[in-house]
Amino acid sequence: MDKMPKWADLFLIPIINLILAFIISGLVILAIGEDPIAALKLMVEGSVMSTYGWGFTLYYATNFIFTGLAVAVAFHAAMFNIGGEGQAMLGGLGVALVCLFVPWPHWSLAIIGAMFSAAMFGALWAAVPAYLQAKRGSHIVITTIMFNFIAASLLNYVLVNNLRPKGAMDPATAKFPEPTHLPSLSDILNGIGIPFAERTPANVTLFIALAACVLVYLLIWRTRLGYQIRAFGKSEPAAIYAGISPTRIIMISMMISGALAGMMAINNVMGEAERLVLNSTEGAGFIGIAVALMGRSHPFGVLLAALLFGFLYQGGAELALWTTIPRELIVVIQALVILFTGALDGMVRAPVERMFLAMRRKEG
Amino acid sequence: MDFVTLLQILDSTLRLATPLLLACLAGLFSERAGIFDIGLEGKMLAAAFLSAAVAAVSGNVWVGLLAGIAASMALSIIHGLASITFRGNQLISGVAINFLAAGITVLVSQSWFKQGGRTPSLEGPARFESWTLPLANTLEPIPILGPIYKELISGHTPLVYVALLAVPFTWYVLFRTRFGLRLRAVGENPAAVDTAGVSVVGLRYAAVAICGVLCGIAGAYLATGLQAGFVKDMSAGRGFIALAALIFAKWRPWYALWACLLFGLFSAIETRPDVIEALIGVKVQVQLLGALPYIMTVVILAGFVGKAIPPRAGGEPYVKER
Repeated sequence: MDKMPKWADLFLIPIINLILAFIISGLVILAIGEDPIAALKLMVEGSVMSTYGWGFTLYYATNFIFTGLAVAVAFHAAMFNIGGEGQAMLGGLGVALVCLFVPWPHWSLAIIGAMFSAAMFGALWAAVPAYLQAKRGSHIVITTIMFNFIAASLLNYVLVNNLRPKGAMDPATAKFPEPTHLPSLSDILNGIGIPFAERTPANVTLFIALAACVLVYLLIWRTRLGYQIRAFGKSEPAAIYAGISPTRIIMISMMISGALAGMMAINNVMGEAERLVLNSTEGAGFIGIAVALMGRSHPFGVLLAALLFGFLYQGGAELALWTTIPRELIVVIQALVILFTGALDGMVRAPVERMFLAMRRKEG
Repeated sequence: MDFVTLLQILDSTLRLATPLLLACLAGLFSERAGIFDIGLEGKMLAAAFLSAAVAAVSGNVWVGLLAGIAASMALSIIHGLASITFRGNQLISGVAINFLAAGITVLVSQSWFKQGGRTPSLEGPARFESWTLPLANTLEPIPILGPIYKELISGHTPLVYVALLAVPFTWYVLFRTRFGLRLRAVGENPAAVDTAGVSVVGLRYAAVAICGVLCGIAGAYLATGLQAGFVKDMSAGRGFIALAALIFAKWRPWYALWACLLFGLFSAIETRPDVIEALIGVKVQVQLLGALPYIMTVVILAGFVGKAIPPRAGGEPYVKER
């Protein structure tokens, strides 16, 4: 018998964790001499009270859905993929190559090509650590961390030596050609008569991200492969006994994870910047860890958590604009969310479990 | 390449290897006791900030050093609570600590000093001065050995010597004392240590605390020895290079020294591409040099050149009874 009802595990504990993280964040704001309530108000106003704010919030959320799903899929196979950042960087390279060197007639074709290329690059970048884990027993966490740094160096090299236009000082590619321009969310919504603020970065990739949530759900809970991934993640010896090949599951789950992280690039590289710059990912790969932890590795949870982090990102930018609180506040909040929902989960879980046990005893 | 250039490069190798070595030994204590620590980076950064901040305000670098150690210790306690007491995931805790340090250092330094996330630059007694060892100037005229003694061995800040002495100290503590034997045992088979009546929790907290002290010194060296003041993100991935060096060294103190010197050499020649070109006749890309520690670590981890086997109980929380 379970120690506590499922709803408590899925909703109550994450919410308590989140509240603890926010209380401490509030104390941090107090400690640096600012007003947490005023800060929160400003964040809410700047990110969700106008369609302009939503245009940014949804753009950030799209990034985090991809990286969150990436970490979540790997979590189901008991793999901790910290390499989302590097995989997303390589995805950006894939997008840039396809957008720069293929003469696309229309954006709808370009996005398919870019998606494929980004997913391939991300998956291949994740495949090496996956192979080393499966065949040589190298710890996936360490190798994916190392691959983040190697990716950054590689990208730096390629941008400086190969992709930088002649005469340009900036280590960045040329602007992508016009036909690869993706319609923004405001283009689409204004087109069907819903007013939405223009010049915001949210774009058609949002719908691809939502589709990815559904597909990941179907994969994990409605297919044989998903069952094998979950079985392997729960218990490796049991999975082997059931005839599931560990190498196959590690490789496939990590490559799906890498592909998802890589696909983030169609949002930030193709949809927003329209060229590849150094550090285009801006840490979104790491936020995927917080998002997946908070979303309990479920696509719907990931979606909610990604929206929350999108709000935090846009709200944090607003704070930096209007107050003296630097943008790094969101890094602190992100750290506290990871700490409480991930590492200190047991601190909250044990008393809650005891409470439910006591309640049950009283009833019985 | 002439003798003077060689000395210069080796000299900066030693200086750049120092923070790596301290952080690497910090990780060594923690991981030998079975607590994975990918939060070395964050602890160094927090220590760098607080040491520089306190040194700037108090004007005394030694007080700054203590403050740096305290900052690193505070994060170590969080890591200990999460991974020992509440049996959480050590890797996730480490990730959280890195972000916590990256964010809070900028937030607090902006609030205290209002200089865009940096501390005022340190001068005079607020910074570690380099020590001239005895007879350095007298012995200088001796060919080859004289300059080596004066330029390479003498003339570093005290923390460089602390780092070098920490190597034999670590070796002695881990391999020649009862505490060290128990500490290593708790990383291999905690149940056996527990059966012998020794506290697993106590040993692991001790290891995490030593890790905090060493990371604190490493961070203080960054901000008050290597550079004069704290700037945002100044640890710049050094914690991860230290982690790489730890694996490269197969969790052994003397190997750690060589690994850190090697990685220090890479960063020393990264700024001197002309020297490499003169030396091996090929133009090596700076990006490749920057990535080399990470690539070498992956190769070592893959077991193609030697095999790095981590402590057996690493990363697993110890549950006394099931």
